[in-house]
Amino acid sequence: MRDVVFAEAHPLDRIIRSDRMPHIWCPGCGIGIAMRCYAHAILNSEIEEQNQVVVSGIGCSGRVAGYMNIDSYHTTHGRAIPFAVGLKLSNPALNVTVFSGDGDLAAIGGNHLIHGARRNLDLTVICTNNFNYGMTGGQSGPTTPYNARTTTSPYGSPELPFNLVDLLAAAGANFVSRWTVLHVRQVIDDILYAFGKPGFSFIEILSPCPVGFGKSNNFETGIEEMRLYRERCEMGEHMPLSELGIDLRAERPIYIGRFIDRNAPPFKPVHLGPAA
Amino acid sequence: MSETGILTGSHFMNGDHACAEGAIAAGCRLFGGYPITPSTEVAERLARRLPQVGGVFIQMEDEMASIAAVLGASAAGSRAMTATSGPGFSLMMENLGLAIMMELPCLIVNIQRGSPSTGLPTLPGQSDIMQARWGSHGDYRLAAYSPWSPQEIFDLTIHGFNVADRYRIPVLLMADEVVGHMVERVVIPEAAEIPFWDRKRANGKAGETFHPFEPGEDLVPPFAHAGEGYRVHFTGLTHDTRGYPDMSAEMHQQLVRRLVDKVERNSAKLEMSDDYEVEDANILVLSYGSTARSARRAVREARELGIKAGALRLISIWPFPEQAFNALADQMDAFIVAEVNLGQMITEVERRVRTSKPVSGVHHAGGAMLPPGPILEEIKRVAGHA
Amino acid sequence: MRAEIRIAGFGGQGTVLAGYLLGKAFSLYQGLEAVMTQSYGPEARGGASSSNIVVADREIAFPFVERADILIALSQEAYSKFKDEVQPEALVLLDTSLVTAQSGEKTLGLPATEIAEQLGHRIVANVVMLGYLCGSWDWIEAEALEKAIRTTLKAHTVELNLKAFQQGLAYAAEKEPAT
Repeated sequence: MRDVVFAEAHPLDRIIRSDRMPHIWCPGCGIGIAMRCYAHAILNSEIEEQNQVVVSGIGCSGRVAGYMNIDSYHTTHGRAIPFAVGLKLSNPALNVTVFSGDGDLAAIGGNHLIHGARRNLDLTVICTNNFNYGMTGGQSGPTTPYNARTTTSPYGSPELPFNLVDLLAAAGANFVSRWTVLHVRQVIDDILYAFGKPGFSFIEILSPCPVGFGKSNNFETGIEEMRLYRERCEMGEHMPLSELGIDLRAERPIYIGRFIDRNAPPFKPVHLGPAA
Repeated sequence: MSETGILTGSHFMNGDHACAEGAIAAGCRLFGGYPITPSTEVAERLARRLPQVGGVFIQMEDEMASIAAVLGASAAGSRAMTATSGPGFSLMMENLGLAIMMELPCLIVNIQRGSPSTGLPTLPGQSDIMQARWGSHGDYRLAAYSPWSPQEIFDLTIHGFNVADRYRIPVLLMADEVVGHMVERVVIPEAAEIPFWDRKRANGKAGETFHPFEPGEDLVPPFAHAGEGYRVHFTGLTHDTRGYPDMSAEMHQQLVRRLVDKVERNSAKLEMSDDYEVEDANILVLSYGSTARSARRAVREARELGIKAGALRLISIWPFPEQAFNALADQMDAFIVAEVNLGQMITEVERRVRTSKPVSGVHHAGGAMLPPGPILEEIKRVAGHA
Repeated sequence: MRAEIRIAGFGGQGTVLAGYLLGKAFSLYQGLEAVMTQSYGPEARGGASSSNIVVADREIAFPFVERADILIALSQEAYSKFKDEVQPEALVLLDTSLVTAQSGEKTLGLPATEIAEQLGHRIVANVVMLGYLCGSWDWIEAEALEKAIRTTLKAHTVELNLKAFQQGLAYAAEKEPAT
């Protein structure tokens, strides 16, 4: 009989709530990869774990807050950013990350997203973008490409989607990048960079959703969509921001990279007297 | 100004400003809000005052963001509040439920105006009373207080923070435009005389065994703030004592029952009221907020006519002041409810009067303070006074 | 004792500030109960504006002015609007620079705006009126109102306002009441 070796521990045990596994995500989903990148960034960061806080909204990506073994807040649909604003302003020593999805952040939370970027408070926002509302079964959202099929756009979406990079750049974020869940090194690096970057940082991570989005749009499996990322992704840092829109189905590049890295002054509340 | 930033002394001040000074005195250190008449002066005053005491004023993009920021600040350990009116109060209903579910203490001030919809932005109303009780989806209990003067707004702002922290609930201060904008004497005590009830804090060893939603005998769990090393999880989903989601009917019953019982079992401590000329009264006038001022005058004038009227003022509108009401109910022959809405609190009185004794209302849709006249007329009618 | 006072004029004439000073003097420096209310809303910007003070030696339940015992009118429009909403023996004080009394009506008056302009700024006409009220009605203690002026106004405007107050007071002392 072969020796069976049990690992004593997993390197992420401390940072992921293993007692909450298995997670709820579907086979082929990319959110777990994105969460793993976030967990690695926390382990690699010099920031004390005690000061790491994650806030999420509602949806598949919103469940990340429940799996991270740090102070974690799973709030209401769309309201993760303003909740994070309160945490950060109340205790500036906290390193507050918002981890949520495209529907939560850009539709119902869209106003908070642009005002968060405008205000430029020191927050890191990780947005997994799977082009649909996955948890509720694949409805169209603000990132669903024109003419893509979802359960609420059965004849093809009649709406134009947001180009999140362009939106966040225009709104005033200090750091804006886009990768896919294939780009784990770059994602970890950018999350770490965003931790240290003053002001509002936004990292968009494209992520397959074979069950919610892929099956209706000819990407039957997560692997298929990942393959597409590998074939189509191009560094797009030289491109005009307005050209960075995404349509997986079109024969055109998916532009990735660090698009905005600037040093506009981050939001600081006015203080006159001695600290209380 | 004292070292604590508290404006100890006598002031001639409007209710909105008195609310802001109450917040400073209570140690509130974050205000997140969105300007809306007639509550705007609360925000304006705190925009000036909070930076003087090391606190944070932030104007958010809307009322949904305002209450979310307040809850985030509460989770990180601050006393935090927002102030709003009608339409903004409606927008806050969503996260009022989150405050209930996460047990995040906070103070939400509603300076009520004529409603529904945009209604009468600059004029008074008292028509958000049932919304305060039932406005967020689901079963919940909270505390809501209704001040009748600038001094009482100041006092109840402090008390509201204390109650919120003690029971880990959102507390509503349901003032109205009359009280928010009227200017009267407000006496602000020395810092040492201001009551302060701290949150029950987690004091175990930070680690795996800590269950952030394990309640004590009072059904209130000790509070672990963000950044204290407890690695807590808070969610709006139904959750167990660890804070972990548990999608079962059993856990839902257990959690929601506790959140409701937490308030109901402590109801006697949350109730507040005062009475006027009730000793030998056989007609009881119930009212709250600015209307209670008119009720008092109506009762005084009725007394001058020889009618044995008395007044019960609801300071806590939620919970309804059960004890005070029950103590008076038997001696009364009739009940009159006066309020600036078309009949809200009267339903609470009706369901408590389980006899054939008449309950009648003096109602107005809003736009002006209910004057003493119609209340006096109703007292006379009920008394059979010619 | 209980009295109701209405100070009415145009937005920008300081009716609210005058009401505040009066209420503060009663409430904080004369040991009386006082409450001030005012009209709010778009109509208060540039258009008609008024403040209302109720003063009493006991608790004030209803805070609004119903029939004023004293009306101070700083504009013709305010005078016309409110002159009939007063008690039969009401004291009606007019800024005669801007307001003409209707014939047969019993009023008192002084050219407050002219006096204020002579002092350097017409904006203090409201405080001239307060001085005049103080000299015409024995409920107000001059020291209490002066203290309210000192503790309320920006430091560099206090002297001007105290002068305005004194001018109004002196005018009341010198002039025989008009009939």
